[in-house]
Amino acid sequence: MAVFVNGVIFDGIDTSAQDCWKLEAYVARGGYQALRRIIESKMAQEDVIAEVKNSGLRGRGGAGFPTGLKWSFMPRSFPGDKYVVCNTDEGEPGTFKDRDILRFNPHALIEGMIIAGYAMGTKAGYNYIHGEIFEEYELFEAALDEARQAGFLGNNILGSDFSFDLFAHHGYGAYICGEETALLESLEGKKGQPRFKPPFPASFGLYGKPTTINNTESFASVPFIIRDGAAKFLEAGKPNNGGTKLFSVSGHVNRPGNYEIPLGTPFSVLLEMAGGMRDGKKLKAVIPGGSSAPILPGDVMMQCTMDYDSIAKAGSMLGSGAVIVMNEDVCMVKALERLAYFYHEESCGQCTPCREGTGWLYKVIHRIAQGEGRPGDLELLDSVGNNMAGRTICALADAAVFPVRSFTKHFRNEFEYLIEHKKPLVDHKWC
Amino acid sequence: MLSAQSLAAIDREVAKYPADQKRSAVMGALRIALVERREAGKTPEERCLNTEVIEFVANYLQIPPVAAYEVATFYNMYDMKPVGQYKITVCTNLPCALSGGVNAAEYISKKLGIAIGETSADGKYTLLEGECMGACGDAPVLLVNNHKMCSFMTPEAIDKKLAELN
Ligand SMILES: Cc1cc2nc3c(=O)[nH]c(=O)nc-3n(C[C@H](O)[C@H](O)[C@H](O)COP(=O)(O)O)c2cc1C
Ligand code: SF4
Ligand code: FES
Repeated sequence: MAVFVNGVIFDGIDTSAQDCWKLEAYVARGGYQALRRIIESKMAQEDVIAEVKNSGLRGRGGAGFPTGLKWSFMPRSFPGDKYVVCNTDEGEPGTFKDRDILRFNPHALIEGMIIAGYAMGTKAGYNYIHGEIFEEYELFEAALDEARQAGFLGNNILGSDFSFDLFAHHGYGAYICGEETALLESLEGKKGQPRFKPPFPASFGLYGKPTTINNTESFASVPFIIRDGAAKFLEAGKPNNGGTKLFSVSGHVNRPGNYEIPLGTPFSVLLEMAGGMRDGKKLKAVIPGGSSAPILPGDVMMQCTMDYDSIAKAGSMLGSGAVIVMNEDVCMVKALERLAYFYHEESCGQCTPCREGTGWLYKVIHRIAQGEGRPGDLELLDSVGNNMAGRTICALADAAVFPVRSFTKHFRNEFEYLIEHKKPLVDHKWC
Repeated sequence: MLSAQSLAAIDREVAKYPADQKRSAVMGALRIALVERREAGKTPEERCLNTEVIEFVANYLQIPPVAAYEVATFYNMYDMKPVGQYKITVCTNLPCALSGGVNAAEYISKKLGIAIGETSADGKYTLLEGECMGACGDAPVLLVNNHKMCSFMTPEAIDKKLAELN
């Protein structure tokens, strides 16, 4: 089920219509007007970038880095090859927004990437698509064909001297490839192992060339910004948090799905949109930004608004906008055990603290969950975590530690009870 | 070793990348090879990738065989072990678990009489547990043979799907 409210990306889309993804339908919704205007008015590259900067758009892939600023880092006049790359390797548990962009509005992404290519002086782009969504990959290829036939991609776009082509690359099952430098390695046909940074992709990216990587939703927001103006986008959200954002709501709600709402909307309103708590159960906890974001108790969440600043103030992160809602029947030790397993499975293994540390975290949490926890296990989790966070090549290690720290902080009594009494405080039910 | 159709599909992958970067096509090429083996294979052993086909793909792309082998073993959707005619991968990660993902895996396991990670004796089904597929809003979700995603897999929907595969 997909529900969109007041969207920028999903404005005017009837997602139940079979053909809503097609070029014709996109054009009827005002699509490709932004690109046309840029090309016909010969808009200067720096003006396109300034517009994106002024919109307050922050990267939708997790880190929230200002998109316009990132674009300005690209050496635009570098004479050799340069690339724009889209990250549709959506695999952060709880996140399912980019799949809906590919399914229902792929041309918004294509147009956004062409505009990015224009602004940064690149001739080629790639969209890296998560392995598990093969049907969306095929549909995206079909959308690319449409765009090529209509003259939006290829040589001399719309009769100008700007040429740009775009290709889809299909992943095959590795969460780590969502990390941007692992993604580049994978795009080069290698194991998806993150690179040391610096150098950053803007100077040494795909095939060693300057490269800009953005999330699907970031690129797909760009046509609106150019067409309707930075101010309008900014106004749709709140200061420093421009625009609307897609929130993927999962877990114990009546209507899981994607909700595109202004940044700054109260969490309570979003929860209501998602149909409220399933079976009228009590809200216990929420992970507000994908599995890597610290968990927050339900009552804290009810005081938050859905934007980068409010969620950060409450001690978590907006991340990818994946809102995982849990009711009172969930044993927090069981929930954390499942996440710890995931990070252990998905560590690429090149840094010892991550490879060994994620294994230890899972092992200790698993034994606590089994009623075999030992006194001192919570301190052990702490010290393993301290030896991982900030000591590795990429942020997966931190992503594995954040949930452990926050679960054991906010729900410490459940962990202590299980260690002491060998049985859970909460009679656990997944659903 | 691969059909003309598969080779043409690999050529289309190669064309996406700069002429001196054929290696980029290895992921697509291995996927195409796997699909052909799955469709043509009569036994679980014949349906997965093996060293011969990986080497063939490497030679076709003019890259060292070890480079292709590394890729085939790093990404977990490439079947490197014998696999049933229908590989069913159920997402049991936390968001899905909260909407029936674990129950779905258990239900299928009971129904097929195989544990997670096993292949049925007749070589028809393999049941696996998977990580987030980026479709948590449709939970429970499962993948059939890597490429077909099935959403909202309640016990009734699972019954229907299995009957269809049968
Ligand atoms: C372990 C890990 C997984 C990530 N997964 C994703 C992902 O699935 N999608 C994504 O867009 N960004 C992901 N990121 C963030 C990317 O590295 C990168 O910051 C992002 O794609 C930049 O785009 P943005 O500025 O538009 O957000 C991940 C980062 C890490 C460390
Ligand atoms: S932190 Fe973990 S996932 Fe990231 S590069 Fe190191 S081992 Fe790989
Ligand atoms: S957790 Fe199952 S698809 Fe995301």
